[in-house]
Amino acid sequence: MYEQLFLLRNYEDRIYYMFLEGIMPGTIHQSQGQEACAVGVLFDVRKEDYMTSTHRPAGHCLAKGVSLESMMCEMFAKANGCCKGKGGAMHTGDISVGAIPAVAITAGGMPVAIGAGLSCKMRKTDNVVICFFGDGASNEGAFHESMNAAAIWNLPVVFVCENNLYGASTHINQVIKIKDLAERAAAYGMPGYVADGNDVLAVNKAANEAIDRARKGKGPTLLELKTYRRCGHSRNDACGYRDKQEEKEWFEKDPVARCKNYILQQQLAAPVELEAIEKKVLQQIDDAVAFAKASPSPEPQDALLHVYA
Amino acid sequence: MATLSIAEALREAIREEMRRDERVFCLGEDIDIEGGFGGAFTVTLGLSKEFGHERILDTPISEIMIAGAAVGAAMTGMIPIADVQYGDFLFCMMDQLANNAAKMTYMSGGTVKVPMVMRAPVGATTRGAQHAQSLEGFFTHIPGLKIICPSTAYDAKGLLKTAIRDNNPVVVFEHKLLYGSKGNRAEKAALSPVGEVPDEEYLIPFGEGVIRREGKDITIVANLLMVYRAMEAADILEKEGISVEVIDPRTLVPFDYELVIHSIRKTSRLMIVEEDTKRNGWGAEVAAQIAEDALYYLDAPIVRVAGYDVPVPFAPVMENYVVPSASRIAEAARKLMKS
Repeated sequence: MYEQLFLLRNYEDRIYYMFLEGIMPGTIHQSQGQEACAVGVLFDVRKEDYMTSTHRPAGHCLAKGVSLESMMCEMFAKANGCCKGKGGAMHTGDISVGAIPAVAITAGGMPVAIGAGLSCKMRKTDNVVICFFGDGASNEGAFHESMNAAAIWNLPVVFVCENNLYGASTHINQVIKIKDLAERAAAYGMPGYVADGNDVLAVNKAANEAIDRARKGKGPTLLELKTYRRCGHSRNDACGYRDKQEEKEWFEKDPVARCKNYILQQQLAAPVELEAIEKKVLQQIDDAVAFAKASPSPEPQDALLHVYA
Repeated sequence: MATLSIAEALREAIREEMRRDERVFCLGEDIDIEGGFGGAFTVTLGLSKEFGHERILDTPISEIMIAGAAVGAAMTGMIPIADVQYGDFLFCMMDQLANNAAKMTYMSGGTVKVPMVMRAPVGATTRGAQHAQSLEGFFTHIPGLKIICPSTAYDAKGLLKTAIRDNNPVVVFEHKLLYGSKGNRAEKAALSPVGEVPDEEYLIPFGEGVIRREGKDITIVANLLMVYRAMEAADILEKEGISVEVIDPRTLVPFDYELVIHSIRKTSRLMIVEEDTKRNGWGAEVAAQIAEDALYYLDAPIVRVAGYDVPVPFAPVMENYVVPSASRIAEAARKLMKS
């Protein structure tokens, strides 16, 4: 788990630095600070389980098993990217590992998760669907329609709301009257739970209960994970709208550092072992960057391919 | 041979494909509730008796979810046939259709398929502006979707079966006045064409239009209800010595330009008739394409007869004024012959 957390953090950091260098096209919506949500939820899912993601998909995709190289190539807009250079940061995915290409319209992936859930159920599999979305999505009509449908049809969908307190620059208190988004589950007749989204073990435990429930045909769950972005909403966002004290408090709850401290305190691994893991991951990222830089760009006229299957 | 209405032909297409492939299923509002309508126009009536309510799935009134669920199911191994009661409600699901259904294959670099069908009734039927629009033009503008519009029972069955087997999202526009729906879902002023439909299986490929009537003076390209209005106009004009060729493209994306060009080489005059509003409609695209590729075959400017650029009004006298009639088509044809 720590290895994955460390990978997600350093993948995103590396992307950020390369962005600042100006060697990467497009835009980025990063997830530093929210790694425990992706890793904790997806740590025990199967490859055959599906996942829908958002405009902030990198962590979800890495944790679901999309290859680091193919993601890095996509970021560099290369022909061998996971979307062949046609998706970019906001549409990362790889259906062969169950990562449905990310939907970058707020809540737009939620009805898709309903379809994937119906499909799992109709094909009589016991696979489940993990549906990631943010606090902002919970005010969309698509959220309501999807939650209701999953409940009435008893679908194997786990709705995972990463509540990072801000929809772009708008604080959640300005747009939601209730304390916990998990309360909304009651309106649809499904269970809703809150978990500390910066504690990977807490997330994993809560998610596994929901996943187990879904797998056994007992229906959907809404899981609200309280978390916080270390980064801006997108590139060039210095977060001038956030309270500095609030930032300080949350940064002290950093999920990667917390997991590391826990391991060391509990003596689950020696510092030297963690260092070896970190070194390995950093090397993997270096290799992926080198691989992506050396990979071919698509031909301009490749833009005309893949409009239809 | 069986004689079927379009609603019955569509139902037979769904039934055959559901029997053939267990991945095929239907979802939509009121599509087969016991004692209900079988969809707004009876197309799915009774199918749950054979296939059960798991495969004939009645949904809440949640258009975003219906379209999105179709996309998600299609990407993960199913073949959904989604149903919307009135085409106008497609706007409620526009994000899912335009941003997800149409783009998933592309955005994934071709690694994802979205084999889904979205059925939608269109056409003005004295229900006012929000249950009346002809939306084919809107959807032809979105790369990634295929657009079909059957106007006969034979085509309805053959094209829908092809749509179900296609690996891409296909939007099927069906005209309310052509369904031939029966009982309390029958439409006033419906044409309800019934047609011969072979007992043996057949498919109709996309991108192949048909000549509904041969002629030598003017080529009229028309779809759905306008095919029948054009045919009526052609009868009127024939008595006046004007010979009209009527082409029904049957599918708008892909579009059979070859057939139109072949026809205007003979007639040298082209008219396009559509029920949709005129501005930026599919007719405008056909006119532009013909002007680009085959202007030299024409002896006169291309003429479009279309709905006026207003919402569809309720009062029958006004609605009949807005929707192209046989007499309006005939008048435009006379004028075209003089130019």
